[in-house]
Amino acid sequence: MAAFKETKFPADAPAAEKAVGWIDDRFPLTKLWNDQWGTYYAPKNFNFWYIFGVLATLILVLQIVTGIFLTMHYKPDATLAFGSVEYIMREVPWGWLVRYMHSTGASAFFIVIYLHMTRALIYGSYRKPRELIWLFGFAIFLALMAEAFFGYLLPWGQMSYWGAQVIVNLFGAIPLIGPDLSLWIRGDYVVSDATLNRFFAFHVIAIPLVILGLVAAHLIALHEVGSNNPDGIEVKDTLGPDGHPLDAVPSHPYYTFHDLFGVSVFLVIFSTVVFFAPEMGGYFLEYNNFIPADSLKTPLHIAPTWYFTPFYSVLRAITADFMYVLMAVVAAYVVFVFLKSRLAFKTKAIIAVIGLLMIIGMLPAILDAKFWGVVLFGASVMILAALPWLDHSPVRSIRYRPDWHKYVYALFGFAFVTLGYLGTRAPSPIGGVVSQVCTLIYFGFFLLMPWWSTMGRFKPVPKRVTFHPH
Amino acid sequence: MKNEKLVDPGRRGLMVATCAAGGVVGLATAGALVSTFQPSERAKAAGAPVEVDISDVAPGTMKVVEWRGNPVWILRRTPEMMASLAKNDDKVADPHSDKIYQLDMPEYAKNETRSRAEHKEVLVVVGICSHLGCSPSPRFAEGAQPSLPDDWTGGFMCPCHGSTFDLAARVFKNKPAPSNLDVPPYMYLSDTRIVIGKDEKGEA
Repeated sequence: MAAFKETKFPADAPAAEKAVGWIDDRFPLTKLWNDQWGTYYAPKNFNFWYIFGVLATLILVLQIVTGIFLTMHYKPDATLAFGSVEYIMREVPWGWLVRYMHSTGASAFFIVIYLHMTRALIYGSYRKPRELIWLFGFAIFLALMAEAFFGYLLPWGQMSYWGAQVIVNLFGAIPLIGPDLSLWIRGDYVVSDATLNRFFAFHVIAIPLVILGLVAAHLIALHEVGSNNPDGIEVKDTLGPDGHPLDAVPSHPYYTFHDLFGVSVFLVIFSTVVFFAPEMGGYFLEYNNFIPADSLKTPLHIAPTWYFTPFYSVLRAITADFMYVLMAVVAAYVVFVFLKSRLAFKTKAIIAVIGLLMIIGMLPAILDAKFWGVVLFGASVMILAALPWLDHSPVRSIRYRPDWHKYVYALFGFAFVTLGYLGTRAPSPIGGVVSQVCTLIYFGFFLLMPWWSTMGRFKPVPKRVTFHPH
Repeated sequence: MKNEKLVDPGRRGLMVATCAAGGVVGLATAGALVSTFQPSERAKAAGAPVEVDISDVAPGTMKVVEWRGNPVWILRRTPEMMASLAKNDDKVADPHSDKIYQLDMPEYAKNETRSRAEHKEVLVVVGICSHLGCSPSPRFAEGAQPSLPDDWTGGFMCPCHGSTFDLAARVFKNKPAPSNLDVPPYMYLSDTRIVIGKDEKGEA
C-alpha cells in the first residue's frame, strides 16, 4: 500500500472538483463510476433487446420504493391483512396508486426479465466467458420468483391463500422428510397467521437483500468481461489506437441517453397499465383475490399468476399414465447419449446409472406421479442454469446460425407460451395432452441442445459488428 | 515466501481450535433460528376434537366444519348416491382404502362406503386433496359436464389440478392425487351428533 497522498488543487479550482477530489482520495468514487458506467465501453450495435437490463433495474428501484410506502400502512396479521390492503386502496391518500404501481411492477418485472433472458438466448450472451453473468442472472430469477410468491400471500385473498397452500405442499412430495418440511415452512398445520408473518419478513427484507447482492454481482461480472452484442462478436478483439474497442462506445453519455429514451417509452406503457388496466383482465391481479382468504373453501378456478404458469403446467402435466412415456423417453435419451455423444465412458456410465435409477423410481410402486411432477416442475426452472454448458454451437448469435435453428427457437418459444396459457386455464383432458407434449418439447430443447446446436451450415461471422449510423 | 516456513504449529493449532469453536457457536445459533420456524406451542394446542350437530344435513347435502384448521365434510348420501359407489370400484385407485394415509385410516372406514356401520350413508372426510392441499369442490350432478368425464356419477373435483373423487371421496385412477381423502377419527354421540377428532380408541 502506498502512503496516503492528498491531491492538491489550484486555489481557484471549482468547489465541486475539490469535493470529488477529497472523496476520491478516501473512496474510489470516480473509479467506480468509470468502471461500472462512465467509461465502460459497450458495443455500439445494441438494438432494442438491450434495453431490458436497464428496465429491470428501474423496476427493482420502483418496487423497493413503493414497497417501503406500502409497508407503512400494511398489517401482516391474518385477521387484519386483507382489510389493511383495502384500507390502502380506499382511504390512504394516493394509496391506490402506490399499490397499483407495486402490483403492476411485479408483472412488469417478469415481462422484462423474460425478454432479457430471451435476448441472452438468441444472441448467446451466456456463452464463455459470460457463464457467471448468466448464473448470477439465473439466481436473480429464482430470488424474484420467491419474492413474488411470498408477496402474493400478503393481501390474504383466496388466491393468496390457496396458492401458498399448493406451493408449500409441493415440498410435502419429497419422500420421508416432505410432510415435516411443509409443516416447518408453514409454522402451523395449515397456512395461517404464522405463515403470513414469516412470508412478510421474507418479502420485505430477506429476499430483497439477496436480490440486491446478486444484482451487484451480475453487474460487476458483466463490466469485468464486457457486454455481448447482437452479432455475438468479441469487440475487445479489435482495439483502436486508444486501447478501447473500435466497435464500442463509452456508456456515458451514449447509452445514458439511449437508455433514457427506452425508459421513457417503458414508463408510458407502464403508466397506461397502472391507470387504465391495473388488473389486466385478471392476469396481473386475479379476481378471486378480492375475496378474503377462507381456509374451508378453495375457489372453483385457481391458477398462479401468469409468470408462474409455464412451470405450473409442467407440474400439472405429470400424471400416472404419462410416467410410462417419461420412462421410455429417459431410456431413449440414455441410449442416445451412449451412441451419439463424445463424453468419457465414465460420464456416460454415470448418466446411464442416473437414468436407470430414474426409470426404477418412476415405477408406480416406488415413487408416485405427484413426486415426479414436483421434480419436473423444479427441473424445468433449474435446467436454465445449465444453458452455457448445453449450447455447443460454434457461433454465439442467431444471426450466424443455420436458418432452421430459428424454427427450433420458435418451437421452444411456442411450447413455453402454450404451457403458460394452459396453466391459466382450468384442467381439461385435451389441455392435459397438449401440456404433456409441450413439456417434452421444453425439455427436449435443452437436453438435445448439445447435438442440434452444432448441426447445420453456419454462416461466416464477420470480424466487425454490423452497424449502420443513422 | 520465507514466512511459509516459519509456521508455528502451536499457534496454528490454536487458530484451528478457535475457528472450530466459532463454527460450533455459529451452528448452534443457526439451529435456534431454524427452530423458530416450527409450529408454536399455541398452534400445537389448537387441535381439540369438535362436536357437530348433523340433524340439519338433509340427504344429498353436505356440511363443512373446521377441525385443526382444515375443512371436514359431512355428506349425507341418498340411496342413489350410495348405489353409484359400486359402479366406481374398478375406476378408483384404491377402492378399499388399503394404502398408507396421512391420518391413520380408521378400521371402520376401510370399506366401499368409507363410513361407520351405524350410518353408512354419512360420509365424514377431511376435505383436503391428497395432491397439494386444495379443497375439492362438490360436483354432485350426474352426467357429462365441463372438466368431467361423460359417465360421471357424482363426486368431487379439485379445482387446482383436476383430481376427481367419487362420493366416498375415493380418488379416480390416473389423477395427480395419489390417494383417497383422509377419514378423521370420529364417532356418533347420538343419531344426530358426532364428534370429530376422537373415537373409541381416543383422540387423534
